[in-house]
Amino acid sequence: MFTYKTIALTVLASLVGTGTIMAQDEDYGLGREATTTEIAGWNIDIPPSGDGLPDGSGSVAEGKEVYQAQCQSCHGADGKSGPMDRLAGGGGTLASDSPVKTVGSYWPYATTLYDYIHRAMPFNSPQTLSPDDTYAVTAYVLYLNRIVDEDTTLDAGSLPEIRMPNRDGFVSPDPRPDVVATACMNDCKSEE
Amino acid sequence: MANHNRTDIKRIERRQFLKRTLGVVGVASLPLPVSQVLAASNGGQNLAPNVAEWSRSQGAPILSPAYGLPSRFEDGVVRTPTDLTPTKTSSWSFTPLQNLNGTTTPNGLVFERHHGGVPDIDPEQHQLMLHGMVEKPMIFDMAEIKRFPQVSIKRFLECSGNTLTEWKQPTGKTVQDTHGLLSCCEWTGVRLSTLLRAAGVRDKARWILAEGADAAAMTRSIPMEKAMDDALVVYAQNGEALRPEQGYPLRLILPGFEGNIQIKWLRRLEVSDAPYMTREETSKYTDLMRDGSARQFTFVMEAKSVITSPSGGHVLPEKGFYEIRGLAWSGRGKITWVDVSTDGGRNWAQAELEGPAEPKALTAFRLPWRWDGGSALLQSRAIDETGYVQPTRQALAKARGLKSIYHLNAIQTWEVSSDGGISNVHV
Repeated sequence: MFTYKTIALTVLASLVGTGTIMAQDEDYGLGREATTTEIAGWNIDIPPSGDGLPDGSGSVAEGKEVYQAQCQSCHGADGKSGPMDRLAGGGGTLASDSPVKTVGSYWPYATTLYDYIHRAMPFNSPQTLSPDDTYAVTAYVLYLNRIVDEDTTLDAGSLPEIRMPNRDGFVSPDPRPDVVATACMNDCKSEE
Repeated sequence: MANHNRTDIKRIERRQFLKRTLGVVGVASLPLPVSQVLAASNGGQNLAPNVAEWSRSQGAPILSPAYGLPSRFEDGVVRTPTDLTPTKTSSWSFTPLQNLNGTTTPNGLVFERHHGGVPDIDPEQHQLMLHGMVEKPMIFDMAEIKRFPQVSIKRFLECSGNTLTEWKQPTGKTVQDTHGLLSCCEWTGVRLSTLLRAAGVRDKARWILAEGADAAAMTRSIPMEKAMDDALVVYAQNGEALRPEQGYPLRLILPGFEGNIQIKWLRRLEVSDAPYMTREETSKYTDLMRDGSARQFTFVMEAKSVITSPSGGHVLPEKGFYEIRGLAWSGRGKITWVDVSTDGGRNWAQAELEGPAEPKALTAFRLPWRWDGGSALLQSRAIDETGYVQPTRQALAKARGLKSIYHLNAIQTWEVSSDGGISNVHV
């Protein structure tokens, strides 16, 4: 029945408005542009190119002091004892039955060392080391692996130039599936 | 739970008596001749023909508690820790697969793998930054992310190190030990491609760095094809907000990929033309081959299956019918076929699959079996929609050697001995 109430509701609906049904993948207008300052505060990654490495520098000698204060309790005086990851040695063991994976024997890029020390170390206070201290302890861990000399100082220019011993040790893309099995159903021999 | 009254204590003593009597601790989930044992322990006061004590008075009121918990009789169904890590913050815990049914993992039992502990994040102070090779670097707060078009999808999550103790010899006692870095949830969030389009990805972009807000600032590089295909940025699991240990308030889900790349506590995405070579994708989650080379960016979890019941640690109390039950999954798509062997792989029978199988999700399989009291070697073998057949451990070892740690998806064997005990063996 057509009543005044119906008319009133119809008028109300037209006044309230119902928005517009959107197609998928239109501009949703959500979020805002990140500022340069915001990005700089969070953009801590250091890829192999060295892009993003900060100003500053650190020497092996300085790194030894930082290492002894911040790292030694977990990684040992020479980077070869625990309880946490072994950092030094292991050269030439990767093809053996007892591979020792360390910064020196396994890591393909020195820049990753700076990246990881800054983002995740020391274990109980990550992202607290200064750029100078991070360069220094990076230099010291490389020195423990005899990848740099005792008188080395690292900075944004020299760190990406270091060539790690296992730089060419990695294979990609993924070669799998690398095993092709058959679905034998009866009287199957064990696969060897 | 802490305030046990006398009756509670009596019940607990009774359960301990049951466990002792049956020689099973924690893992027993098979039908057991409980009535005889109960009768011996308390006179069977709650068994027929008696009317049980809980039938003769009011039970607990609503909101006992407001957020519901499992029955206290299920208090043994919990995650268990690894003993391989020197800290408990960079560590992992296992899902009790032997105690679960169906294919959804309850939120409190989803396995954990953290690299710097579980952060306690205030969602109002959590942001997602999206920058790098984009037209417009963006920052989103949680309320904005939740306003984007929403998707819910059920997908498995498996640590690339699942089963890693089993390469050289059988080590885990239970399926929780051997395969418990595996879970499956319905995830709800926004497609990563939707967020990327909002920022405008530049033509030469090929990779995206994903970074967590945890103390490890966990980072992995993700191929752009995956990001634009089925990657999700999620804020919910199984209907409720992500649990803190699963990335609250925001994480990545990359269906079918290894778990560690599905960055939890996601705070930043940086678009690039090359991978970042983070510590996790160079020194950690790479697979060392026999010749000393290492495979890198081995993302996909290949087809795998395991029998969860009966399985290691279970005891078959008597001869007779048991349904063999298990889970199968593939990072490449749907599971299409599962076979079960009870003689160590000589003869196989096709199992029934719970359907319809969803791609990159756990699929349940079942096969009726009558145990005749003799020894048996139980195995399962999954085949996925690409035709890939789950291999033996020997075939994987032949191709890769024994030091790659990750991606062991071999056929698992459970040995049933004539006393009904079940153990983890290699054949």
